[in-house]
Amino acid sequence: MTEVLSARFKSQAAEALGNVTIQESLDRLVNFRQGRVDAIAEYGQDRWDALSDRAREIKRDTLEHLDEYLDQLSRQVERAGGHIFFATDAQEANDYVAKVAAAHDVKTVIKSKSMVSEEMGVAAVLESMGIEAVETDLGEYIIQLAREAPYHIIAPALHKSKEEVSELFQRILGTPAESDITALAGIARQVLREKFLQADMGMTGANFGVAETGTIVMVTNEGNGRMCSSLPRVQVATMGMERVIPRLRDVATYLPLLTRSATGQRISSYVSFVTGPRRRDEEDGPQEFHLVILDNGRSRMLADPELREALYCIRCGACLNACPVYGKVGGHAYGWVYPGPIGAVVTPSLVGVPRAKDLPFASTLCGACRDVCPLKIDIPRMLLKLRSDAVEGPAETRVPRRVESLMMRVWRRTVAGPRLFSLAGKAASAAQWPLSRRGALRWLPPPLSGWTRSRDFPRAAMRPFRARWRNHEGRHGR
Amino acid sequence: MARKRVSLFVTCLVDQFYPEVGEATVRLLRHLGVDVDFPEAQTCCGQVALNGGYRSLAASVARRFVEVFRDSEAIVAPSGSCVATIHAHYADLLRDEPELAGEVASLQARTYELSQYLADVLGVDDVGARLPSPVRATYHDCCHALRDLGVQSQPRKLLSSVDGLELAEMKDSAACCGFGGTFAVKFADISTAILNEKLRNVDATGADVLTAVDASCLMHMGGALRRRGARTRPLHLAELLCEGLEEPRS
Repeated sequence: MTEVLSARFKSQAAEALGNVTIQESLDRLVNFRQGRVDAIAEYGQDRWDALSDRAREIKRDTLEHLDEYLDQLSRQVERAGGHIFFATDAQEANDYVAKVAAAHDVKTVIKSKSMVSEEMGVAAVLESMGIEAVETDLGEYIIQLAREAPYHIIAPALHKSKEEVSELFQRILGTPAESDITALAGIARQVLREKFLQADMGMTGANFGVAETGTIVMVTNEGNGRMCSSLPRVQVATMGMERVIPRLRDVATYLPLLTRSATGQRISSYVSFVTGPRRRDEEDGPQEFHLVILDNGRSRMLADPELREALYCIRCGACLNACPVYGKVGGHAYGWVYPGPIGAVVTPSLVGVPRAKDLPFASTLCGACRDVCPLKIDIPRMLLKLRSDAVEGPAETRVPRRVESLMMRVWRRTVAGPRLFSLAGKAASAAQWPLSRRGALRWLPPPLSGWTRSRDFPRAAMRPFRARWRNHEGRHGR
Repeated sequence: MARKRVSLFVTCLVDQFYPEVGEATVRLLRHLGVDVDFPEAQTCCGQVALNGGYRSLAASVARRFVEVFRDSEAIVAPSGSCVATIHAHYADLLRDEPELAGEVASLQARTYELSQYLADVLGVDDVGARLPSPVRATYHDCCHALRDLGVQSQPRKLLSSVDGLELAEMKDSAACCGFGGTFAVKFADISTAILNEKLRNVDATGADVLTAVDASCLMHMGGALRRRGARTRPLHLAELLCEGLEEPRS
């Protein structure tokens, strides 16, 4: 599995905040935001809401009967001549892919973009076997050359400027400096074309797996997914177990939600439907087709009524674009495969709260993510649930916080009645006098010092409201 | 018609730091013919504990809140996020006490953010305020007021009707100010980066006054305005509306 660096959220975030190129690239998220708004306006808000409700209802039903739909999917994949494998964790999934590659004496694997394969870290596993595994989505290709993780669910190289990409190509591919984006894409295209033609195995993701027909659906803009599923001898598709949808016609519900939320497109340039390997009368397609369905912690989410709806996610990335925190710290701060608000829910849920302890807290809970989510996933509520797991959950989810919990115990007694509450106010008011100047505090001691680095803190009132009320109303009554 | 009566939930922040906001709220309501009482047993809504992950602690505060305001006809608070805590989270927090479910639902139906109460319950767009000198104001949409309570048009209507007030909309008025409670302290640098972007949009309006329906967001944005010596004053909606009321403070 890809290494989890989420425990370093704070230092990774600080790095992004101090990086001008990254801040400029994050400013470009406004284009995604605007694209989405325009696309929904064109579609019509009422129609959009109805589509959204239908999508939620289908997901609810699917997850309610997930075992049956997965069973149906696997039977249909096999009926179409494909192989199916259920992997409990990333290791099992990687072992299976490695076995298939070895059995076919594979030298080169071409990959189309897949978050689940990032989660597995399968490219590294193949490389360790001496197999060349090449990402073929342009953004993924760039970050693979840079040996980085995806920055954004749908724009993996969002953080790279064209100058950086040019330098990267010069350094690794030995190509001349190039400042034109189309020309840079041309370079990648030339390199990748060779790989497409020589590859023995193609790995793809699956935006949807259709139970009714055993079809996997891939939504791409570069056509590389179709190359990966049609040129090599063997195709291995990977998907999270929540990706199953009951019927082929359900694609019509999710596809407009996905592309309009992601990029503002009415439809992506390519939508590929793959059902099993090549038939006898077909010219293209792999001789062998494998579908790997990954759990890797999803069953735990499914079993938790407060987190289950996070499995509704169709990975459109709209919540990243809307999030004020992602907009400043970017994708790498989150330290694993899934960044942004949905990542702050999915990562602790899949890898465990203690390994990603900052993520549920690294949110203002503003709710912008929930507003733009086409599946209306209540991400802030899930973050609260994960926070409470970290604070007062069972031992395996709890993260020690001694000072804070002591402060909260004091607070509990304080708010338990008005007498201590006023007394605490008076005490605070008296304590701050030496620190305050002209009605505000310019410095506070740790752990509150973070506030006063950039902001004054108000001085508590000499006479709080309740004292004023009692004084005034006591005399005049009402 | 019987006079309306509300219980003021002043919120812990306003009580201890911004009592003037509480006074302005009372004055505004009385000016509009509403009787106001103040249940003195009140403390906090529990939001601080809830957001910190101390759910069971938040639940005990919520239970207390239900008791304190049990007999109130309506509850009004000069804070969107505290009211949103009650509306969006009390049912969850008290789910293990089904005997309270009815009371919680009734409490939620009777609890309003101030501008909601004025515009939606009283049907007032114009509180009759006339500012002594012209003021250019910009309105920040506080996240919970906007997204949990749907407060968007109410404060704008009230502000637009004030004589002498020009409402200058800022870019991305619905973008978070970066406060988020303890987030502003635990992740101070991220919070500040978000705040800086917000204040750039505030500055661009050239407003004299930055107003909102939450003292907490104003404390956050105002703290930075003050640190920079900015000309723009942070002012709670209740205070801004009150500045234009003719009758003197009694």
